[in-house]
Amino acid sequence: MATLLLEDLRKSFGSTPVLHGIDLALASGEMLVIVGASGCGKSTLLRLVAGLEVPTAGRIVLDGRDVAGLDPAARDIAMVFQNYALYPHMTVFENMAYGLRIRGLTRDAIRKRVGEVAELLGLGGLLARKPRQLSGGQRQRVAMGRAIVREPKLFLFDEPLSNLDAKLRVTMRAEIRRLQRRMGVTSLYVTHDQVEAMTLGDRLLVLHLGRPVQFATPMEVFERPADTYVAGFIGAPAMNFLAGRLGHGGSAVELDIGVTIPFADGRRPGPDGRKLTIGIRPEHVQPDPAGLALQVDLLEPLGSETVVIGRLPGGEMLSVKVAKADAPTEAMQVSFPAAHIHVFDAEAGLRLDATA
Amino acid sequence: MNGRIDWPAHVMLGLGVLLFILPIWLVLAGATLDPAAIARGELSLVPRLDGWGVYAAVLAEGAPGAQPVGRMLLVSAGMALAIAAGKIVISILSAYAVTFFRFPFRMTAFWTIFITLMLPVEVRIMPTYSVMSDLSLINTFPGLTVPLIASATATLLFRQTFLAVPDELVEAARMDGAGPLRFLKDILIPVSAANLAALFVILFVYGWNQYLWPLLVATNPRLDTIVIGIVKMIGTETQTEWNRVMATAVLALLPPVAVVVLMQRWFVKGLTEGEK
Repeated sequence: MATLLLEDLRKSFGSTPVLHGIDLALASGEMLVIVGASGCGKSTLLRLVAGLEVPTAGRIVLDGRDVAGLDPAARDIAMVFQNYALYPHMTVFENMAYGLRIRGLTRDAIRKRVGEVAELLGLGGLLARKPRQLSGGQRQRVAMGRAIVREPKLFLFDEPLSNLDAKLRVTMRAEIRRLQRRMGVTSLYVTHDQVEAMTLGDRLLVLHLGRPVQFATPMEVFERPADTYVAGFIGAPAMNFLAGRLGHGGSAVELDIGVTIPFADGRRPGPDGRKLTIGIRPEHVQPDPAGLALQVDLLEPLGSETVVIGRLPGGEMLSVKVAKADAPTEAMQVSFPAAHIHVFDAEAGLRLDATA
Repeated sequence: MNGRIDWPAHVMLGLGVLLFILPIWLVLAGATLDPAAIARGELSLVPRLDGWGVYAAVLAEGAPGAQPVGRMLLVSAGMALAIAAGKIVISILSAYAVTFFRFPFRMTAFWTIFITLMLPVEVRIMPTYSVMSDLSLINTFPGLTVPLIASATATLLFRQTFLAVPDELVEAARMDGAGPLRFLKDILIPVSAANLAALFVILFVYGWNQYLWPLLVATNPRLDTIVIGIVKMIGTETQTEWNRVMATAVLALLPPVAVVVLMQRWFVKGLTEGEK
């Protein structure tokens, strides 16, 4: 159980800045998911906390102690790697025991602790095996076991599920969450998978090009994305964006496709004519016989629902999620409910909230 | 393929086998013959069945002009083992340094080691002799082995092996709290065990076959290796006892063959597959 505080954490490789100042505070037992596209600096952030990289500037405070200058081993942190990084020549037992052995625990204490963790993870019968005799899911479990057995103050997960097949990934995801809750260890979890991000995190940190763009709960990130990058990144299929201008004294948007949508929650600041980007999620676009015509390009059946990808009369791409029974064949009519639109400034891409 | 025997291929293979076996058989059989008969040029491919005692004789007594073969085998084995072990220890440490540590002139160090590939003993034999002489190591066991130990080949091989070790493994060990020496001992060497075994085989045979350097540095007969001994047995003044020379040659063959056979499985594994 420990709190984690990052203050203005920066990292440059040579003259190339990778992280432009990360500030965050994690409560004890909290699970933070760091999400972003590849190259956004999320793995670098994790490696800074782990001590595998040295920060250019900033502080890393774990449980009230600044650990930025410490060796990884002295930080009391355990990490689960993407490729598991199990020691190939050691058995499952030895893999989990290695860190404890180095810390000088007695044989009996090691056997007891490894036994308990193996039981917890369902690895009891595999302790004598070598990693190459294990399946991907089992290796993943051993990697987790090696982290858990040390009872660290902080867990770091570096895309731990990305080498598993889709089905196993879902199972392991639930298992990681259950374990983390049960043990109450503060955790950082890096992923590029937005489903993992949404389901695992108490809070999300969305990184874009080395800058934090949003730090909030998963539902808040989903419902009130801070900018067009977050809006497009979280949610599948991705949010639709349409260009428009502020009108009617700030109380509505006039879309370039010739539709005016009044804001349901109040005026937006700025002069009429201010360029806006309007976002609407595919599941919120409504089939509406009186609405705009949508020429169907492609249908993606997902089972109970179907994603329709089509073009508006002006040529703009639009995706719509509809119930299977409503799936059109060639064309459909759609409208955009005012309650579900997201308003962003067109230039900076930042979210524009209603001015009460 | 398809179950039929490919006769031309088998004939070629058979010829190849014969070509390799014949000289060895000739030596095996020749060892048992009467030395006078060989001297007359009556070399037979059929061994004389009561002639096997020659092996015991050379092991204990040797031949005119040379030490007992048993002793020379020991000197050779000691030299080959010392060279192989020394080369492995030195090259593991140097490869570990240039692969895993960042220090000033790291690449300079690496290339300096690399360049010594172009300077085998034969090229630097006079200066090396002079150094050994200054250190009073002529006619000593260290003098026999130390100059042959520094090895660029083994360093390069280990460097390649170490480069293939995933970074995550190194990082996992760091997170587990393993320091540099512990990492080397607990992770790196076990992971490279197959390569290490393969290299040991090559280096042992290399050490065993040394001729020029031992000839120069060890004039004391007590330090005669078996390779040197065979040559000394072929006397110029005395009558050469060819059966004893051949028996000695067979005995000289056995240890390297044994090492290769014993370590064959590891050897092939080390050369063909990277440890996963």
